[in-house]
Amino acid sequence: MSDYIISVKELTKCFGDFTAVNRISFDVQRGEIFGFLGANGAGKTTAMRMLCGLSYPTSGSGTVAGWDVMREGEQIKRHIGYMSQKFSLYNDLTVWENIRLFAGIYGLSKAETEKRAAEALERLNFSSERNTLVGSLPLGWKQKLSFAVATIHRPKVVFLDEPTGGVDPITRRQFWEMIYEAADGGTTIFVTTHYMDEAEYCSRVSIMVDGEVRALDTPARLKEQFAAESMDEVFRILARGAKRGE
Amino acid sequence: MSAIKVENISKSFGKVKALDGISFDVKRGELFGLIGPDGAGKTTLFRVLATLLNPDEGGAEVDGFDIVKDYHAIRERVGYMPGRFSLYQDLTVEENLNFFAALFGVKVEDSYDLVAPIYRQIEPFKTRRAGKLSGGMKQKLALSCALIHRPSVLFLDEPTTGVDAVSRSEFWDMLADLKQRGITILVSTPYMDEASRCDRIALCNEGRILGIDTPTDIVAGFDSSLYAIKGDNMYQLLLAARKANGVRECYPFGEAHHMIADAEFDVEQFKAELVEVKGLHIEPTKPSIEDMFIKLMKQ
Repeated sequence: MSDYIISVKELTKCFGDFTAVNRISFDVQRGEIFGFLGANGAGKTTAMRMLCGLSYPTSGSGTVAGWDVMREGEQIKRHIGYMSQKFSLYNDLTVWENIRLFAGIYGLSKAETEKRAAEALERLNFSSERNTLVGSLPLGWKQKLSFAVATIHRPKVVFLDEPTGGVDPITRRQFWEMIYEAADGGTTIFVTTHYMDEAEYCSRVSIMVDGEVRALDTPARLKEQFAAESMDEVFRILARGAKRGE
Repeated sequence: MSAIKVENISKSFGKVKALDGISFDVKRGELFGLIGPDGAGKTTLFRVLATLLNPDEGGAEVDGFDIVKDYHAIRERVGYMPGRFSLYQDLTVEENLNFFAALFGVKVEDSYDLVAPIYRQIEPFKTRRAGKLSGGMKQKLALSCALIHRPSVLFLDEPTTGVDAVSRSEFWDMLADLKQRGITILVSTPYMDEASRCDRIALCNEGRILGIDTPTDIVAGFDSSLYAIKGDNMYQLLLAARKANGVRECYPFGEAHHMIADAEFDVEQFKAELVEVKGLHIEPTKPSIEDMFIKLMKQ
């Protein structure tokens, strides 16, 4: 079995005569933090929806967590983790109720849920907040809890869609430490962000422009390739040539 | 005279203190940034200054008028672009612009010179409904509508949130141009790297202002020694550095980690302690606005 958690070839999505995603190909290895960058309108969201099993490609091939992106969207959904940019836990349920709800959706048994919830709460130093309403938690805690919930079924890969938008600099860093820790433990991270300093935290970064992946490498090699000081500069060089808006 | 004068404003919603004793002045023609994360109180402050909400305590003047007594005069003088897109989705680009001009009793032609550099970019789509525009185009239309009555003060609430780095930079170029035309601009953003585009900034967090100054002087106030460290495994490096002698703090910062050192910190000793970290590289570095923000948050 290959060590690729995501492997796609020539993945394409058309809406009518508009090609939103144009033949993108890449592989993501186990334990990698893979940054998925692109200008507004480059096709990131459409690509991400295909990888998450929410939309079938028009053409191409590939697998996510071992399941076929062309046919097995339902299986993909079950076997990945996903955290959206909008906070999506239930504010009027407690910490424990949220965990139980999502664990139930992913089909974990009661005993298993109890065990993993205890572990997750322990890891986050959250055990005393088990019965606190999520709505009353500070933003930073909510973010961490969202991540714990998105990984409660121990997916091989978790998709994070702008997880740190609007978050204060300290919380943002705590969140990234959690990502480092998860990746260190073998979970593959697929993450989008508009903060270019966060692109530097990734093992590898891909940059989409006009529906295509225009660059893909480690941050260090991308900076070398484009003779740039920072990822921000690399991004600007690539995105400035974009033909289409959002 | 100040264009905006805020004195000790507080505003609570139930138990949440959204604004907690905020004071600052914005000079005429200044580009002033409110830099801070969600929950800092930025939007509440805009709503107070735009006379949509009265403060519980304190007061403010905009363009010389009192926000409570003279709210009518203020509404004629300010342009306000809320964080959420709030034009009419089912009116076209052109209809929205005409509508806002009519509300303020002006003609589009009379302000066209001011609006043109921005509006021209969306003019090819003037018959398109606003709801069908891309995010970047919506932003330009909203800014055009906020300018149509030639306001003396412009309030922009997170105009660049969720916008890619290139479009963000273009938006700041537009603001610099408006500033050249003498408009006072109060703008908020959660992106610390945008602070350098402002004349002065206020760092905001949880309803309070942590510091106000020019971006250069804010950074000059950082009085600890700061190092940038790198290694082959950045996560292992982070954990190891925190345990080393003389290290007060270490946190991820883009391609390197930033490390704040005590007086007794010694580079050679540090290297010896972290001998097991492969590819260790350490050098002194200059603090940024974000380092300062982190420092102030922890005080």
